[in-house]
Formats: sequence, structure tokens, C-alpha cells
Amino acid sequence: MNAIREPALGHLRWPTAGGSQVPYGVFTDPAIYELEQQRLFRGDAWSFVALEAEIPASGDYKSTFVGDSPVVVSRAEDGSIHAYVNRCAHRGAAICRELRGNVQNHTCVYHQWAYDLKGNLIGVPFRRGLNGQGGMPADFDMKKHGLQKLRVDAYAGLVFATFSDSVEPLQDYLGPMPCKAIDRIMSRPITVLGDQRQYVAGNWKLYAENTRDPYHASLLHLFHCTFGLYRSSQKGVSVMDAKRRHSMLTAMRGTDEGKVDGYQDTRTYNTDFTLADPSVLAGKPDFDDGVTLVILAVFPNLVVQQIANTLAVRQIIPRGVDKFELVWTQFGYADDDSEMQAIRNKQGNLIGPAGLISMEDGEAVEIVHRSIIRDQDQTSYIAMGGEQAKDAEHLVTEGSIIGFWEYYREVMGWAA
Amino acid sequence: MLDLSALVPVDLHYQVSKLLSDYVECIDDDRLEEWPQLFVEDCLYQVIARENADRGLPTSAMYCDSRGMLRDRVVALRHANIYAKHYYRHVLSNVNVKGVQDGEVLVQSNYVVLQTLVEGDTKVFNAGKYLDRIVATPDGLRFKRKVVVFDTYRIPNLLVTPL
Ligand code: FES
Ligand SMILES: [Fe+2]
Repeated sequence: MNAIREPALGHLRWPTAGGSQVPYGVFTDPAIYELEQQRLFRGDAWSFVALEAEIPASGDYKSTFVGDSPVVVSRAEDGSIHAYVNRCAHRGAAICRELRGNVQNHTCVYHQWAYDLKGNLIGVPFRRGLNGQGGMPADFDMKKHGLQKLRVDAYAGLVFATFSDSVEPLQDYLGPMPCKAIDRIMSRPITVLGDQRQYVAGNWKLYAENTRDPYHASLLHLFHCTFGLYRSSQKGVSVMDAKRRHSMLTAMRGTDEGKVDGYQDTRTYNTDFTLADPSVLAGKPDFDDGVTLVILAVFPNLVVQQIANTLAVRQIIPRGVDKFELVWTQFGYADDDSEMQAIRNKQGNLIGPAGLISMEDGEAVEIVHRSIIRDQDQTSYIAMGGEQAKDAEHLVTEGSIIGFWEYYREVMGWAA
Repeated sequence: MLDLSALVPVDLHYQVSKLLSDYVECIDDDRLEEWPQLFVEDCLYQVIARENADRGLPTSAMYCDSRGMLRDRVVALRHANIYAKHYYRHVLSNVNVKGVQDGEVLVQSNYVVLQTLVEGDTKVFNAGKYLDRIVATPDGLRFKRKVVVFDTYRIPNLLVTPL
């Protein structure tokens, strides 16, 4: 392991001990991408793979990814959830070729090896040969040729998987702050409303930064700001878990009336811009705490969001050093009445790849990625809020981004 | 046997094709301010991924149920949203006038949208079908309902200009 590690990490310099200056090479170097697959996505981390509500019944499955490894998440007859690598134990074909479905067992199309819903091998055609000829060796043991299984655990309806035997139990991995935020959003049974897939030409960590960045949200997303869905002048917090790998930012709409003068030096906040049909912004509170926006980033690949009445999980799938896919799964509550369904449906205009307030994030990632391909040792400068990985009771901070980088350095084995 | 001389849907087909052509032209020629005018006031414009449409799930990329919302989309993309300059080119085919029902013409057609970015290369950006319900108004044919079901369910970067 060390043989890969030293040359891969040695050539990039972090000019400071912490996470406030990030060498651009971490976004573009293929060796670092490889190491991330090994240390983060196959290391001691739980990756989000599904909502339980996506696979409610026995035999339901979903094909997805942990890092860039293809994985199938399935529900067995006894209700338990399993995850295994989507790769036949025979010669490596994908055993599951649909995004989702329901099956009694997974049968590989290539030579029809069959697996049960837990990933165990249960059938091999011509195992004893045909007419006394051919067949598998006498000592062939079905038990030794199942699919490669991952550890699976769920928290409040969110299913996570890991390749690691040593990572702590899921709830400990998440920690109290994310668990509380998840409990709040998942407090009632949910219904999946659909998926949106966005393919971004940039490194996945640029999106990890973006979702930990309350600073940009009112400056880049003019729609957001104009209609008061989110402004840096609102009441809100930017907080991290104890290890600073997960983070959450929240905001409360309607808490900055009469104190938005701070925007005079920005290009945003165009008060001439009014809506011909403001119904897209009409909603009803889902929660009684006044918080109207939550972006919870769970390391390494999940964002749980509440933006007005839109609820969604975003799964980040790295697809190479300069590409990632974002899968938005929108949901509502099972007991939503038709009025609430209509509200969520219409507010869907705000989020996803065509979202009036979210479309710019892909753009932000791409304009960074295109500009950093040279000068790999040069760095970004992340200092808003004091150049420190600190929680804040306000939104004019980049503290959570610094926290992310400090944890990243730690797991990657980059001495601080 | 079919009485060929009695076949007259040609006029209707022509009018429908003209509306569809006007529709793609005002997008492709960047006359987006004219685009909402091709809809009636009380319209539905929905852009939905095939994977959701096939499952009967509502999540849409765009969901506008009034002409005002269409105008707002255009105003937002002109003044609020940040994106790289790009051009669309629609290729439209299979315009199939399926019939007239309760004063609405039911039409299905296929589209391909090619996108050209400032770097100058042109790529297939999106492909799918239009499911239209078209009505006659004093101003001519207008969309009462346009549902865009897109096969290209993985969207490269972002979808800002309507399909
Ligand atoms: S590769 Fe799956 S059965 Fe041969
Ligand atoms: Fe953003």
C-alpha cells in the first residue's frame, strides 16, 4: 500500500498545515483518484446507496455505485437489505442490467449462474456436465463463489454500504449532528417522487466543497437570493460533526427583512425581477422550527436537502478524475394531501439540473475544473470566516470546506 | 375501401407542423421571449425524464402550469441564472397527428436537440418525444399542453433552455 501512497501524494504540496489552501492537483491527478477509491470509497466510510422506500418489497433491487464500483442493493424475502458488487463470480459480467426492478433471483445472462437475493450462488448450469462430459471440478463449492458482498446498514430509511470490515457502526459514523438532521427530515414515512441525473465535467470534490459552502449560495444563485429563499443575511448556521467530515448548513426564510443592505456591493439581489406567476414559491411549512433550508453533506457521497418544500437526497458518483454524476431522488411524505403533492411538484422547478436555484452548481464545478488543469501546485484560498474549520452561527463562512479538507488529508494519509 | 379523395387532414397536419416549427425556431434562434406566446394562458409545460414517466412518478425537470411560469423561466434564464452560452438546434420528425378530441388536437412527435457550446463543437444534448395537445385560438393554433418526455435522462451539466 505504501508503494502506491508515497509517489501519489508526495509530489503535491499543501502550503499550510490545515485545509485552507488546496493544491489544484488533488482535483486532476489520476493517481489521487485511484487512491480515493481505495482509501475513501473502499476505505473506512459508509456510502449512501438507496432509500429504503426505493426497494420496499421482497425482490426489489436498485443498481447503483459505491465510489465507482457498480453495486446492487436488494431486499431479500426476510425483509433484510443486501448489497453486493454487480459482477458475476464466474467471468465478471454484470448480473444486473437495469436501474431497478423486482426479481426472484439474479441470473447472469452470460452463462446463467444464479444468485439469491442475498448474493449467494444457488445455481450453475451444467455443473455436473452433460451426458457424463464436462462439468465443474469435483471440489467446486457453491458457497465460495457468491457475489462480493458489502456491509449494509440503514439509518432512518437511508441505506448505506461499505467495503470495510473495520469502519464503525453506521450510527457512530454519522454522529449526533447528522443523525438529528436525518431524524427530522425522515420523521414520517416517505414516498419517492422520482429521480433526476446530472452529469458534471469536474472532480467530485468540487461538489463536496460546493455543498459545504454557504458563502456562494446567495451570490451565485440569484434566483434564490432575489426571492428570499436563501440570503447570507438570514439566520442560519454552518456546523460540522466532531470529525469535521460531515457538515450542515441551515437557513430560515424571512429572518432578514429590512437588513439586506449588505448586498449593495454584489451583482445579486435584483429587485426589479418579479414573477408573473409566483405560485412556484408558495408553500406550507413541513416543520415547525422555522428552518426552511437544510443542506446536510454526509461524507463521502450524500447530500440530504430540504429547500422550501422540496425534499431530496443527492448521491454523488465519481466517474473518473474529471467527471461525476449526481443522482437527485426527490421524495415527499406518504401522508401528503393533494395540495402538498402539487406544492412539491411545482417547487421541483427549483432543484435538480434544471432547477432555478440549483442549476449553477454544476456550472460552478465545470468552470473551476477547466481552469485548474495546469499549475497543479498552486492552490485555492479558502478563508471566509477566518481561515479555520470552525462552526458558525452565520452564513458568511467557508469553515466547513476547510473541515472537509482537513479530514480528507487525514484519511488519504497526507500529513497535516 | 378507403376513399382517397375524401382525405382532408392535410390542412390540419400543415397547421400543426407550422406550430411545431415556430416552436423550435423561436428556441433555436434565441427568440425565447416569443416562446410562451405559443401556449394558451392556462397551459401545462412539463419536461420529464422517461425513467420517471415510465414509472408514473411526477418528478419533472420543469413543470409549468401557466403561461406566466413560462415567462418567468425565460426572465430567470436571461437575468438570474448563470450558465455557459450555448445554442440549440432541434431536429423534429414523425409529426403524427393522432386525432381531435374535445376540441384538442393530439399530436406526438420526436425531437433531437443538438447543443453547440462556445468552444464550437456540437453534441447531441437530448432526445425524446413531444406529447402535445393543441387548441385553436383567435391567434391561431396554440399549445394547451406540451409534455416533453426525454430519453436522455442523464443531463450534461444543466438544462437551462427549454426543450
Ligand atoms: S459470467 Fe456470469 S455466468 Fe458466466
Ligand atoms: Fe449552490
